[in-house]
Amino acid sequence: MEVGQLQRSFVEYMTSLFREGFLDAQFSQLQQLQDDSNPDFVVEVVSLFFEDSERLLNDLTMALDQPNVDFKQVDAHVHQLKGSSSSVGAQRVKNCCVPFRNCCEEQNTEACLRCLQQIKQEYLLVKNKLQTLFELEQQIVAAGGAIPMVQ
Amino acid sequence: MVEATTRSPPSEPSMHFRHQLSSIVDSCNCIIDLQLPADDLLMKYQYISDFFIALAYFSIPVELIYFVKKSAVFPYRWVLVQFGAFIVLCGATHLINLWTFNMHTRNVALVMTTAKVLTALVSCITALMLVHIIPDLLSVKTRELFLKKKAAQLDREMGIIRTQEETGRHVRMLTHEIRSTLDRHTILKTTLVELGRTLALEECALWMPTRTGLELQLSYTLRHQNPVALTVPIQLPIINQVFGTNRVVKISPNSPVARLRPAGKYMPGEVVAVRVPLLHLSNFQINDWPELSTKRYALMVLMLPSDSARQWHVHELELVEVVADQVAVALSHAAILEESMRARDLLMEQNVALDLARREAEMAVRARNDFLAVMNHEMRTPMHAIIALSSLLQETDLTLEQRLMVETILKSSNLLATLINDVLDLSRLEDGSLPLDIDTFNLPALFREVLNLIKPIASVKKLFVTLSLSSDLPEYVIGDEKRLMQILLNVVGNAVKFSKEGSVSISAFVAKSDSLRDPRAPEVFAVPSENYFYLRVQVKDTGIGINPQDIPNLFSKFTQTQALATTNSGGTGLGLAICMRYGVSQFLGVLSVCDFHFAMFVNLMEGHIWIESEGLGKGSTAIFIIRLGIPGRANESKLPFVAKLPANHMQMTFQGLKVLVMDDNGSGLAVVYALVWLVNDLLIRVSRMVTKGLLTHLGCDVTTVGSRDECLRVVTQEHKVVFMDVSMPGIDCYEVAVVIHERFGKRHGRPLIVALTGNTDRVTKENCMRVGMDGVILKPVSVDKMRSVLSELLEHEVVLES
Repeated sequence: MEVGQLQRSFVEYMTSLFREGFLDAQFSQLQQLQDDSNPDFVVEVVSLFFEDSERLLNDLTMALDQPNVDFKQVDAHVHQLKGSSSSVGAQRVKNCCVPFRNCCEEQNTEACLRCLQQIKQEYLLVKNKLQTLFELEQQIVAAGGAIPMVQ
Repeated sequence: MVEATTRSPPSEPSMHFRHQLSSIVDSCNCIIDLQLPADDLLMKYQYISDFFIALAYFSIPVELIYFVKKSAVFPYRWVLVQFGAFIVLCGATHLINLWTFNMHTRNVALVMTTAKVLTALVSCITALMLVHIIPDLLSVKTRELFLKKKAAQLDREMGIIRTQEETGRHVRMLTHEIRSTLDRHTILKTTLVELGRTLALEECALWMPTRTGLELQLSYTLRHQNPVALTVPIQLPIINQVFGTNRVVKISPNSPVARLRPAGKYMPGEVVAVRVPLLHLSNFQINDWPELSTKRYALMVLMLPSDSARQWHVHELELVEVVADQVAVALSHAAILEESMRARDLLMEQNVALDLARREAEMAVRARNDFLAVMNHEMRTPMHAIIALSSLLQETDLTLEQRLMVETILKSSNLLATLINDVLDLSRLEDGSLPLDIDTFNLPALFREVLNLIKPIASVKKLFVTLSLSSDLPEYVIGDEKRLMQILLNVVGNAVKFSKEGSVSISAFVAKSDSLRDPRAPEVFAVPSENYFYLRVQVKDTGIGINPQDIPNLFSKFTQTQALATTNSGGTGLGLAICMRYGVSQFLGVLSVCDFHFAMFVNLMEGHIWIESEGLGKGSTAIFIIRLGIPGRANESKLPFVAKLPANHMQMTFQGLKVLVMDDNGSGLAVVYALVWLVNDLLIRVSRMVTKGLLTHLGCDVTTVGSRDECLRVVTQEHKVVFMDVSMPGIDCYEVAVVIHERFGKRHGRPLIVALTGNTDRVTKENCMRVGMDGVILKPVSVDKMRSVLSELLEHEVVLES
């Protein structure tokens, strides 16, 4: 596929991600931070995000699986998840964290499990999307083009 | 006084006299011989008479003096003296006369003459005086008569006054008795009893008008107990006569109102009747005295005892009149009291009912909110599942048809998700539990940002968008920035959305009081003050317009307008209604802010919003006015906040700044010493990395630390700034700040401490102030923001509100 087309698909894809709420302005900020001294900044941050999120989600699953759920711990995890997702601009994941925290406050295990389910879904979605995005980027780079900036 | 003529000079005259006398006697002797008494006898008689006369003459003054002395009052003493002198002299004359019967010396004659002369003098004077005195004496008598009459008259008047005073006393006593109670029946009964007693009446009766007002019913009597309630029609001439005047009227004992006792062999006493006005509450106007134009009267009938000759006296009638008036007043007081007690009871009942209703309403609202919250959550979950899975489905291999279907599913479910969000927010808004996020922000920048956001879409639609801000708009204002942006975006967005071609113009200016008084918004009585001003924003478009008849419906829930249903605006009538009211962002994709509730927000900001349109196809203008605060009037906290979009920033790099980044997880990244410290107390690796990247991008030398202890261990004077994230609950980030203060003491030596936080509430601000932070930054932190923060920090060593 030629570069122009790839770039257009990239822009479209990126725009749709913003439009559909998967990413927000913070992601754009990340992109701005990427420069010649730090060429892979975004990928690094996002990879870190994936690692941390998966770890946190596992921890959450385990915590909620206990007979006596330690809601404080759960809340702490969710807080971290919220923090990291907001730093990366994964808006939907971040939005899921708010009701999750409410459920923790109410100490409602059922509700927490539902929230967890939801977050997992969102997380998978956004991971998928970002990976697609990065693939597109790589394709563009491989085809010799420059990655277009999307505001 | 006969003697004078018979007297003659002493010696010779006596001789002469004897001769005469003898001649007379002789001559008489010739006539009457024997019967004539002798000379001597005559002489004797004269002698004696003179003596007695003298005696009397002497005793009379004595008596006079005696009696005058006895009576203290006698005005005419001088007269008495005169009189006395006169009498005495007369007496003296007669006395002296005694000596002149016989031969007497010349001395006696002299004395006699003197006496006579004096007597003559005095008697003449007295006679003259008497002319004056006797009339006086007579008038004394007249005056006496007059005074007697007067005294009798005064007596009579005294009698009258006394009677009046008695009457007055009786009235006072009666009044007191009557007014001492506020009970209607007691009042009336007491009146009758007291009147009966005071005037010694045989019977006293009170006829009250019935409810219909057509009859008078015998309500109270003094003595006779009437088992059957007598009534008389009210239109009797006698009754009309009594009601026609406020005076007591004498009536015949045979009239129907006075015939209370069966007829018998007795002479009924006189009967009088008087009207008693029954005043209502409504008669007492504020400025009028109760007008007796009231038509309701009662009739009081008073009967004197029969078989007595007693008659009604004037003072008794007056008493009755006064009492009738007093009764009227007392009755009206009683009526007023009754009514007010009834009103009070009613109010209490109403209060109880209202309280109950309020509690029920509160319960209902709470139940609704709980329900909504639960439902919302319940609804969101499957919604998200649908959205998520549809998205995933989109990634798989699909035929074109299938792809279209999935896309439609996604679009619809997105819309539905937004609607669900709106429903929950609406209920919170309606309760007023959605607080405004008040802060200082840059107003022109806000408008420009809105413009920037709208421009892409407008240009796609080939619409011309202009912005004009009046010059008297303040640059920085206090208000809810986020929501104002939402309002603007929605209004402008709608303008763009509903215009196929032409232009959209946004103008903003300070609302003057004339423009504030809009006939459509009469309740916005806006008074700009020193601390506030009213912002008026007009968004005019050349779009499809609105039928003026539909304008009132726009802002009500769930109305459809024909025009909207037929255009391909991508939304239903419901959509527009919700859009207009709550602002669903159906077309704004760049900013995915979900919930616009701009009309509600406009209300929260104490403003008003309305739309004007000439008609269909003629475009429309949306206008809203909201109240914003003016900063710098000592109504904001002292803790500085960084503006989101600083007016101008410099492309600065911060070479060689040492930064320290602290993280709670303890996994501690590479600690790179820098002049700027970054202490992230809470954020996990990802955000730490991001922030580090941010600062590195700006040219700082960043050091990150993993815990408070590590931070305190590592911090040195070389580090210029310590960034600390304080939004983690349960961790006392402020401790580090305190320690740093203690350790490094005065300002110039120590690193500046800046807090990063996600919430702008007072508690956080206060805590930061307390521990002496040099600045607070709102997350999320953009590159520009961080840049400006650092430049300010290094310039002023404090992050000021810009």
